[in-house]
Amino acid sequence: MFLTTNPQLNKNGELHHLLSIEGLPGEILRQILDTAESFVGVTQREVKKVPLLRGKAIFNLFFEPSTRTRTTFEIAAKRLSADVINLAINVSSQTKGESVLDTVANLAAMQADMFIVRHSQSGAPHLIARHVSEDIHVVNAGDGRHAHPTQGLLDMFTIRHYKRDFTKLKVAIVGDILHSRVARSQIHALTTLGVPELRVIGPKTLLPMNVDNLGVHVYHDMAKGLKDVDVVMMLRLQNERMQGSFLPSPQEFFKFYGLTAEKLALAKPDAIVLHPGPMNRGVEIDSTVADGSQSVILPQVTFGIAIRMAVMSILAGN
Amino acid sequence: MKIHIKNGRLIDPASGTDAKQDVFIAAGKIVALGSAPAGYTANRTIDASGLVVCPGLVDLAVRLREPGFEYMATLESEMQAAAAGGVTSLACPPDTDPPLDEPGLVEMLKFRARNLNQSHVYPVGALTVGLKGSQLTEMAELTDAGCVAFSHADAPLSDTQLLLRALQYAATFDFPVWLRPQDPGLARGGVAHDGQVATRLGLAAIPVCAETIALSTILLLARETGARIHLCRMSSAEGVDMVRQAKARGLKVSCDIAIHHAHLSEMDIGYFDPNCHLTPPLRSQRDRDGLRAALSDGTVDALCSDHTPVDEDAKQLPFGEAESGATGVELLLPLTLKWIEETRLPLIQGLARITSEPARILGVSAGVIKPGASADLCVFDPARYWKIEPAALKSQGKNTPYTGIEVKGKVGYTLVDGQVVYEAG
Repeated sequence: MFLTTNPQLNKNGELHHLLSIEGLPGEILRQILDTAESFVGVTQREVKKVPLLRGKAIFNLFFEPSTRTRTTFEIAAKRLSADVINLAINVSSQTKGESVLDTVANLAAMQADMFIVRHSQSGAPHLIARHVSEDIHVVNAGDGRHAHPTQGLLDMFTIRHYKRDFTKLKVAIVGDILHSRVARSQIHALTTLGVPELRVIGPKTLLPMNVDNLGVHVYHDMAKGLKDVDVVMMLRLQNERMQGSFLPSPQEFFKFYGLTAEKLALAKPDAIVLHPGPMNRGVEIDSTVADGSQSVILPQVTFGIAIRMAVMSILAGN
Repeated sequence: MKIHIKNGRLIDPASGTDAKQDVFIAAGKIVALGSAPAGYTANRTIDASGLVVCPGLVDLAVRLREPGFEYMATLESEMQAAAAGGVTSLACPPDTDPPLDEPGLVEMLKFRARNLNQSHVYPVGALTVGLKGSQLTEMAELTDAGCVAFSHADAPLSDTQLLLRALQYAATFDFPVWLRPQDPGLARGGVAHDGQVATRLGLAAIPVCAETIALSTILLLARETGARIHLCRMSSAEGVDMVRQAKARGLKVSCDIAIHHAHLSEMDIGYFDPNCHLTPPLRSQRDRDGLRAALSDGTVDALCSDHTPVDEDAKQLPFGEAESGATGVELLLPLTLKWIEETRLPLIQGLARITSEPARILGVSAGVIKPGASADLCVFDPARYWKIEPAALKSQGKNTPYTGIEVKGKVGYTLVDGQVVYEAG
């Protein structure tokens, strides 16, 4: 009944699990970003490997399908010389058989050092972190609508790379905030790193209750929301939200909230555009913008590997 | 068996008694208060010095999990838990498997409970067959079998026409109908209050209007049909405010809240604590304050434990997938005392919410201490502190949000029909 201590930090206040950006001090976020900076060099070398995690067993535990995130975690772990085991767990057979915790207990018995967890339910990585032994680290690779901290961090890395100073930025997050774990992680990261003006833009059906409590300004009008911003962060609109009770149609969404060159022109001339991928071209973003000069969508993917290397090496060291 | 309870502080909310008085019991009944009747010789004397003697608690919602969910709890385990909690009369909701929609099921439950010789069990029958919301149950037959009221438990009832007819039919025979107001469409898929915590944690939400919209429908139908309606497990400040206004206009409705909602809020979910996944959801701190105010001013008539034992496997899941509910029948007394102390209410006024008032709603002659009444009593030490440890609970359900919390007030003796059914070790 009482709030317990932050389950992500060890007794020394160091990162033990990465479950959410919420509650992490700015210095830990900056430590991850700085560490990632040093790994960008590694990823550009001819021999793209460092021996930091040699002999460590990292389990990619995906209870929900994912190609991109799983692959970048796998590449990152391999570049750190870890042994990577990929497990795609069929959720439908799982409900009949083993529970999440049984699965995890079995894998822990195989001397796992780290679990990278993706799950369709908010809070699943917290549940796992509560039950694993003290020497195992858990990284949340996306849980339900709750958090996707490594995505949030790679977005911060990208913004810092292009804009340097967070404390002078106006940032807008556009689209389906309600169902987005990416948006929640971005919001916590940006507010922690000191962004003075953070906006969310979307129709009322796709904004959660009291979202302003998270420290954001709410806009429903794209033209007003994008005015003079330095960074535009687009979100993916899930297929199942496009028709039915949240939105009438993808076409109508694109008309009001899709990012086109005309709408982007309202932002600062040097504004950058981010998207966590995979993109729905013509639904949330127009191809001319996605492939245009202000888009940093592909660098995000590259930086994602460095960020995941940084997170895994920091956790293994603590 | 004649039992003499001496030197206790007798608190009986029904008669307004709060005084040092002895209680004399013979043949299952209270025979005298104060001084012994002529020729009375006790077989046993209980020294209640420093203890409170009050009516056995009456709990409006205790899930015994039988039939159908014996892997979560059994009649044996939960009746022991009730006795340990000082609860001598309890109503059990119809959400068993199968639901309590046939007289045979109700008779079997009553029979099994009676053989245990513990608390009185009052089944609440299903309002519709299988709790499916499409066909009325044989309410008269079920009443003959022992049902004291009819409810839809937490099952969705989306057909308002059917609800109207159910209330009309129940009103024909003056059967009470217990309803938990929740619009099934607005609550669909939700697992937490639509507030800042659900927003932060990314949990699918149930808005307050899911309660208030259903409540306004029920209140209008209550006026329309004249049915005797009891509102169960209110969760929002706005909801109890509507009940307050309805009562002020003379509508005869009663209502209860679960004890958890008097102490906890959405904030207690913390980092996805599945023990705080409750039905209805824990709402904002403002809602909790509103519920407590309504409890103090009598808008909320009764407090119940909403006892819901859940097995470990069904709780150790991600928050949204974990089965909702908390064990609580053993915690009703100390948690009520905690509320009484925090609110600075006279003990007698607070205890009415778990004795005389729920007995009135149940329509049974319990929750009172007077000569001639059944000797259903709870004797407790109001000053004794103890720590809530799930493993030490008698209930098979160890799922509680209060693990490790220190509470005050411990049951010493529970008597049902003049028999000691629980005695603290």
